[in-house]
Amino acid sequence: MHVPDGFINAPVSAAAGVAAAAAVAVSLRGARKELGGHPRAEDLGGDRLAPLAGLVAAFVFAVQMLNFPVAAGTSGHLLGGALAAILVGPWTGVLCIAVVLLMQGVLFADGGLTALGVNITVMGVVTVVTAHLLFRGLRLVLPRTRGGVTAATFVAALVSVPASAAAFTLIYAIGGTTDVPIGKVLTAMLGVHVLIGIGEAVITALTVGAVLAVRPDLVHGARGLTAPLKLRVDGELVDAPKLRADGELVDAPKLRADGELVDAPPAPAGTPAPAGAPATRSPRKFWIGGVVTALVLAGVVSFYASASPDGLEKVAADQGIDAKAEEYEHATADSPLADYGVKGVESARLSGGLAGVIGVGLTLAVGTGAFWAARRRGRAADTGARV
Amino acid sequence: MGAGHAHHLYRRGDSPVHGLPPHTKLAAVLGFVLVVVTTPREAVWAFACYAALLAAVAALARVPAGFLLSRLAIEIPFVAFAVLMPFVVPGEQTTVLGVSLSVPGLWGAWNILAKGTLGVAASVLLAATTELRSLVLGLQRLGLPSPLVQIASFMIRYGDVITDEMRRMSVARRSRGFEASGVRHWGVLAKSAGALFIRSYERGERVHLAMISRGYTGTMPVLDAATTTRTTWARALALPLAALPIRLLALLG
Amino acid sequence: MTVPPSLDVRGLAYAYPDGHQALFGVDLTIGRGERVALLGPNGAGKTTLVLHLNGILAAGAGSVTVAGLPVGRKHMAEIRRKVGIVFQDPDDQLFMPTVREDVAFGPAAAGLRGAELDAVVERALARVGMAAYADRPPHHLSFGQRRRVAVATVLATEPEILVLDEPSSNLDPASRRELADVLRSLDVTVLMVTHDLPYALELCPRSLVLSEGVIAADGPTREILADDALMNRHRLELPFGFVPGSVA
Repeated sequence: MHVPDGFINAPVSAAAGVAAAAAVAVSLRGARKELGGHPRAEDLGGDRLAPLAGLVAAFVFAVQMLNFPVAAGTSGHLLGGALAAILVGPWTGVLCIAVVLLMQGVLFADGGLTALGVNITVMGVVTVVTAHLLFRGLRLVLPRTRGGVTAATFVAALVSVPASAAAFTLIYAIGGTTDVPIGKVLTAMLGVHVLIGIGEAVITALTVGAVLAVRPDLVHGARGLTAPLKLRVDGELVDAPKLRADGELVDAPKLRADGELVDAPPAPAGTPAPAGAPATRSPRKFWIGGVVTALVLAGVVSFYASASPDGLEKVAADQGIDAKAEEYEHATADSPLADYGVKGVESARLSGGLAGVIGVGLTLAVGTGAFWAARRRGRAADTGARV
Repeated sequence: MGAGHAHHLYRRGDSPVHGLPPHTKLAAVLGFVLVVVTTPREAVWAFACYAALLAAVAALARVPAGFLLSRLAIEIPFVAFAVLMPFVVPGEQTTVLGVSLSVPGLWGAWNILAKGTLGVAASVLLAATTELRSLVLGLQRLGLPSPLVQIASFMIRYGDVITDEMRRMSVARRSRGFEASGVRHWGVLAKSAGALFIRSYERGERVHLAMISRGYTGTMPVLDAATTTRTTWARALALPLAALPIRLLALLG
Repeated sequence: MTVPPSLDVRGLAYAYPDGHQALFGVDLTIGRGERVALLGPNGAGKTTLVLHLNGILAAGAGSVTVAGLPVGRKHMAEIRRKVGIVFQDPDDQLFMPTVREDVAFGPAAAGLRGAELDAVVERALARVGMAAYADRPPHHLSFGQRRRVAVATVLATEPEILVLDEPSSNLDPASRRELADVLRSLDVTVLMVTHDLPYALELCPRSLVLSEGVIAADGPTREILADDALMNRHRLELPFGFVPGSVA
């Protein structure tokens, strides 16, 4: 999306800047915990935030350049928000995307400097947080298997893209420098971005699956898969990761912390990695309820959405939003017209129907958000002490 | 986001603009863009003046016009958005060459094009005259929190390393006769992306080991002891300071 | 008064948290100024041993002493300064944006600043013949140059012992020789972990063989490489046509 200067008015840009800064500040604290992974991190001197988040940011940066061909010479690429959220966790995810956006703005003139706050909010915070909340929520209701992780990844990535588009539209509605018919823009934006989201979802799910197959311990969102493995009797999940047999093992302790041999822990080695997935099962009911509500809502939204198409203006809006799709691709040099090839598919009914999916997503996200905010509050104290 | 990022915009040179400390340049560009975006859109002449100011800086920095203009292409998606505005924005209509256009839409389009273009042009000038490393240093001097500076530094340091790994994977794929041409090949590409993530993460772990082996205890030593004289600041801030009166006049007018 | 050995390892055993045991009682002593090669097949525990030398891994049993200072939490900063580890991939080691900043990292972490720091950096780079490259970003250097800078980054803290993990890997013959010249010119204790047996012979009068988590042999490099039975037992092989006795 990379909003340029002058697109959103100054007060709203500034407000978004404040929001983005706050989100980054909070993420810094959280990321430190997420990446602390090493049981003796403090003993060893220094947390791993800078090198790991830096490398993940470099990865996000690089993977956005990996072209996924769609058809007939067009191609798309990952946006990476959902991927980052699931692979390294939401805090690190927000942080990495924010740094990538900052660098893209400063180094490549990609995205206006005064719009940096808007860009970080829309592409970093909203994408990552939506993906994370949905993912965590779905993991609670879906079976605790690899398939469950993949399905949750798919949905999380799918919804994260239109959620970001919706957030952009919202910001534009408040602070856009020119009034455009917002309702129609929203419908069309969501429609197109659901399509882009499908691409994002497929790629993200495949990528997370590829990492899961080799190093499940590295997938933040799947830590629940490895940790409770020994506790439950569930024939499905025997794939406890084998440790690699080379020097990199230094980091292995985060997989398991039950050295039984000579490994009498001399230092405070006993502390296992801070649990990436707090073990809460209680909200399962909450979630089932949420999903049902959301589905009902989805029906209503779809109905409304498909009832709205009205001729020329709609088409114009659709076309305009097609341009937005390109923003996402933002192919600047190699393939200026690269996008997910959505041009033929902008039928109003389809986009309206797909908007329903977003209804589900947003409802889940808001619901979980409220729940999660309440829970965070309880834990705020110990996070605060760490910085 | 996307393709073309592998090549940084920096152009080696020893112009007065190249020589300015990075943080003063960053501050100047930010100040300039702020002035531009808060200028009322109706003051068309003001934007012409801003463009002239940038052209002067470009000439001083010996950044060729062609280079500058080609980088403006980054804006194209928004140009498309802007072009549509006169057709979709409701309001007073006017007729140009027999086509009915919306007046607020035209102003909206102009607003986006003018401000966006000036913003991109200013950023391109900054990136073209400042080395990658210095830009991060500049952000640090302007008070970007240290953890973010570190993350950005690592990202820049390893961006090339990881991009190279990605390129090697692609060569390896093609050497074995694999040519991605459609959706059915996404699985293979995603495996590469996954492998890239694992390599990146593991490298991060190794880098951390290398760091603590050399005495890292959680804070990076700050070695930057640059002092910036008032005249240097004045030279850098000449751009926004020249733009400011134009804006004030535009407000009055 | 006797000088304590640069490195003294006694009965070192270690198992990873998953129970996989890598070291089964390693004993070795390296006197000050010695250059010693650590040989051994893949999986022998070489890297695990190296990571104990500066306390990244904590001994399960036994002890590691560096210049009379026991490795442990108490002296960690001092130990990390005294033990300079050059990791195998220079891209891991050179994590700062420029060569100068990278070489300055260690001494700066130890508290050095200003002109003193600059002098240390210049000297370390001069010792590896890379003084002219101080302001380059590491990825603009050749692999051999990067490896030499990696050596400089640890030399900058004036280590008691320099530990090199596969120093000759991926080097072309010229870079390999240049690095050998650099290593020979240094007056520090060197422990070189390597598969490159001719390189060990060229640089290290003494070798240790680490196999199955213990030191299986310790003696003059030439004798060890000439002992076919020993070599076979520990999966060590000389390059085709290389006869240790024939090298002057």
